[in-house]
Amino acid sequence: MRTRRRTSLVALAGLGLLVLSACGGSSSGSKKNAAPAVPKVPMASSVGAGEGQLNLVNWAGYAEDGTNDKTVDWVHPFEQQTGCKVNSKIGNTSDEMVTLMKSGQYDGVSASGDATLRLVYGGLVAPVNTALVPNYATIQDFLKDRPWNSVSNQMYGIPHGWGANLLMWNTKVVSPAPTSWSAVFDASSPYKGKVTAYDSPIYIADAALYLMRPQPDLRITNPYALDPKQLDAAVKLLKAQRALVGEYWADYTKAVQAFESGNSALGTTWQVIANLITADKKVPVQAIVPSEGVTGWSDTWMIAAKAKHPNCMYKWMDWIASPRTNAQVAEWFGEAPAQRLACDHTADKAFCTTYHAADKAYSDAIFYWTTPTTNCLDGRGNICTDYARWTQEWTAVKG
Amino acid sequence: MDGGQGLVRPASTWLYRHTTARLLALLSLPVLWVVVAYLGALATMLLAAFWTTNSFTGAVEHRLTLANFRTLVEQPVYRSVALRSLGVAALVTVVDVLIALPMAYYMAKVASPRARRLLVVAILTPLWASYLVKAYAWRVMLANGGVVDWLLAPFGTHGPGFGLTATIVTLSYLWLPFMVLPLFAGLERIPDPLLEASADQGARATRTFRSVVLPLLFPALVAGSIFTFSLSLGDYITVKIVGGTSQLASNVIYDNITTGGNLPFASAAAFFPILVMVGYLVAVRRTGALKEL
Amino acid sequence: MLTTTPRRVLAAVMGLGLLIVYLPLAIVLVNSFNSSRTFAWPPSELTTHWWSQAWLSTGARSALRTSIFAGLGATAVALVLGTMAAFAVSRYRWFGRESVSFLLLLPIALPGIVTGIALNNAFRVAGTGFGLLTIIVGHSTFCVVLVDNNALARLRRLGGTLEEASMDLGAGVWQTFRYVTFPLLRSALFAGGLLAFALSFDEIIVTTFTAGAGVRTLPIWIFENLFRPNQAPVVNVVAAALIVFSVVPIYLAQRLSGTTSTH
Repeated sequence: MRTRRRTSLVALAGLGLLVLSACGGSSSGSKKNAAPAVPKVPMASSVGAGEGQLNLVNWAGYAEDGTNDKTVDWVHPFEQQTGCKVNSKIGNTSDEMVTLMKSGQYDGVSASGDATLRLVYGGLVAPVNTALVPNYATIQDFLKDRPWNSVSNQMYGIPHGWGANLLMWNTKVVSPAPTSWSAVFDASSPYKGKVTAYDSPIYIADAALYLMRPQPDLRITNPYALDPKQLDAAVKLLKAQRALVGEYWADYTKAVQAFESGNSALGTTWQVIANLITADKKVPVQAIVPSEGVTGWSDTWMIAAKAKHPNCMYKWMDWIASPRTNAQVAEWFGEAPAQRLACDHTADKAFCTTYHAADKAYSDAIFYWTTPTTNCLDGRGNICTDYARWTQEWTAVKG
Repeated sequence: MDGGQGLVRPASTWLYRHTTARLLALLSLPVLWVVVAYLGALATMLLAAFWTTNSFTGAVEHRLTLANFRTLVEQPVYRSVALRSLGVAALVTVVDVLIALPMAYYMAKVASPRARRLLVVAILTPLWASYLVKAYAWRVMLANGGVVDWLLAPFGTHGPGFGLTATIVTLSYLWLPFMVLPLFAGLERIPDPLLEASADQGARATRTFRSVVLPLLFPALVAGSIFTFSLSLGDYITVKIVGGTSQLASNVIYDNITTGGNLPFASAAAFFPILVMVGYLVAVRRTGALKEL
Repeated sequence: MLTTTPRRVLAAVMGLGLLIVYLPLAIVLVNSFNSSRTFAWPPSELTTHWWSQAWLSTGARSALRTSIFAGLGATAVALVLGTMAAFAVSRYRWFGRESVSFLLLLPIALPGIVTGIALNNAFRVAGTGFGLLTIIVGHSTFCVVLVDNNALARLRRLGGTLEEASMDLGAGVWQTFRYVTFPLLRSALFAGGLLAFALSFDEIIVTTFTAGAGVRTLPIWIFENLFRPNQAPVVNVVAAALIVFSVVPIYLAQRLSGTTSTH
């Protein structure tokens, strides 16, 4: 489910360590500051016959077997084709996914944000020999060798799908059409009480992103790497914004409803929400990437370092990246498919255009979600604020 | 008699003779259960409130500190959230008492026995509909131009929209059966002749109610209020569905544990509802209300 | 004993109260036929599509099964422990008697989020892992008191004379319980058990924190699916069906406890 998944997007690196080490009570490694080395994990050189089983950790909606909707099923065809019986375990947060992967029972995981890097640096996942995944060739080039799915140009997974947090408005209410996030932050906004915002500490990054231009002296270069002063500025902006906000949203049923009833008319959204509202034909809306750019997410399928069924996992990575399956997943979940050829197989022929699936410039403008840690993600050292701090600040924002 | 008789009989006789052994046998499991499974877990969590998280790794450090409590006391936002939560829980309880009292009175003292049974069923049934679905139904009703707006339109007014008022309305709705049922049970226990006697003595209905019914009903009232108050204080979902921009004490706990991964801070924040409820329980213990649940 | 006017006023309030109680449920029912995936109001079109989809949803069915198992498990634990505690408190005088009742009450009086986080943390520390069993443990913490209180009230009313008579006549402790006390206690246990099952069945907060990653109770399934536009209408169908089907057991339970508690 998207709600949980986004919360999870948020449920982070350092803090996962918290949960993990809470049991052991250890706090080792706290003095290290240098970038850690990537553990040497051997890469597969060939894919043999399937082992008959495949244990996955995945976000809800990524491995549908028809139990939720009998027409939505890409697991059974995979099983018939490869003989690999799929056992899917839904991970609700990145933390949970990392914990589950540590148990060693799973062959692969659909990881997002920097859960990917935690898995890589923890030695829990193996580099992926992309030559063994034929469908990798036609994955969008702008998703290959990126900081969240590779280390030193070695891919550690197969890109699955991605999406952006857009600015949406009701075109009957909001005029002229906004082009900047200032529409939701401007204290003198005429749409007071009709503004909506995403209800999560991660939304602080949206405010930081907006502040890059009007307040250059803050020197924000990465909205997920905020020192205390930069965080304060973003929080101050959000506290002022609260006066404009009618309601915060965290799940898409709520967001769609708020726009359709007129409770909300302007605010941050996902493409899938805009599509649903358009489909219902109650109110006219438009969703754009404002001039400042946007935040967003990108997910990757990774193979466990000690996978018991590596051949099945390689087959699965190829299956999920195959044009037809990737199109099905993307449409069910509501995100841009990573597979270039998936666009020929979507039920809605305009799907890829709507989701800008092939638009490199669009994808590059997204600041993909990353967990804030005290060790600044932009390399400034140990002076940044972590996600636990962001959570407390978010409480203060809501008042 | 069964074949196990040979063994059962001596044990049974022994137990019959040894009252203390019988008592210990009866007590061991429940006490073990509540002390180990519940209080043990509770204590472990509360202990965590005095720990801290390492700001670099985010790991829990077992070093005693009051920093979490200092933050909670010093930051004004936590004080206002705490007061707001108390206010919401209290208002929900009052609203539920006001609605439930006449309903329970009608069920227990006016309705025929047959109707009474049907009414109890009618009150119990909504408990089986999912709490989330009911909260969402209220969201639909309270939205702009929804059923509430539509019902209030003839009176020249409109619904409260999403916010604290909507939260109170929705919570009152969700917990109403938990107030009606203990009140109904309490009223059923008051003998009719007692009320008739009061009336015969010339007391008016309101007087009878105030001087006879209310004192007898007080324990049931307290029992119901424990439910409504505690359930409201512990809710973080309803306020997310209909609360607009509001947040309550449980949201602070929930957000810190799930999104922030900060167990020590969440535990410190959990002290607030625990202290409130334990204080309340201790205060009402003497009324005998705790036996009415 | 009441004059006509107050009776009428009470009847009116009762009617109004029931109206308020059932209005949202009616909306759930209508929305289960609403063609809009996000319950747009008023519905622009009606459809039975969601009902047929819900019927085919194995996810909902397996969640229902999990919920019933969890509820039965928690109720069973509550019945055993609650009855034992009730006997200990009602039939013996001992130091700390009141404290036990008080302690049993804590899990239901403390907010679910507190219970949930405490248990979650404890299971983690103990390294038990999470699954259906942890849900049952979580639910039974607050279910015990419901049985305990119902049994306690009945035991107090019955007094101990019948049991004494039975044992004086030579019946053992177990025989006495089985043939004398239990039959008298049955309806109280049934009422307490039913309440425990109902609370467990719709519990979400404690469940959220004690469920294993792959275990879905019905409320968890609803929580996961209510917020997915593809699935939200099916959730309404499930809720509507629950309301309709729950009337039967509740009514039977009422009849049963109503006829046996009249002595």
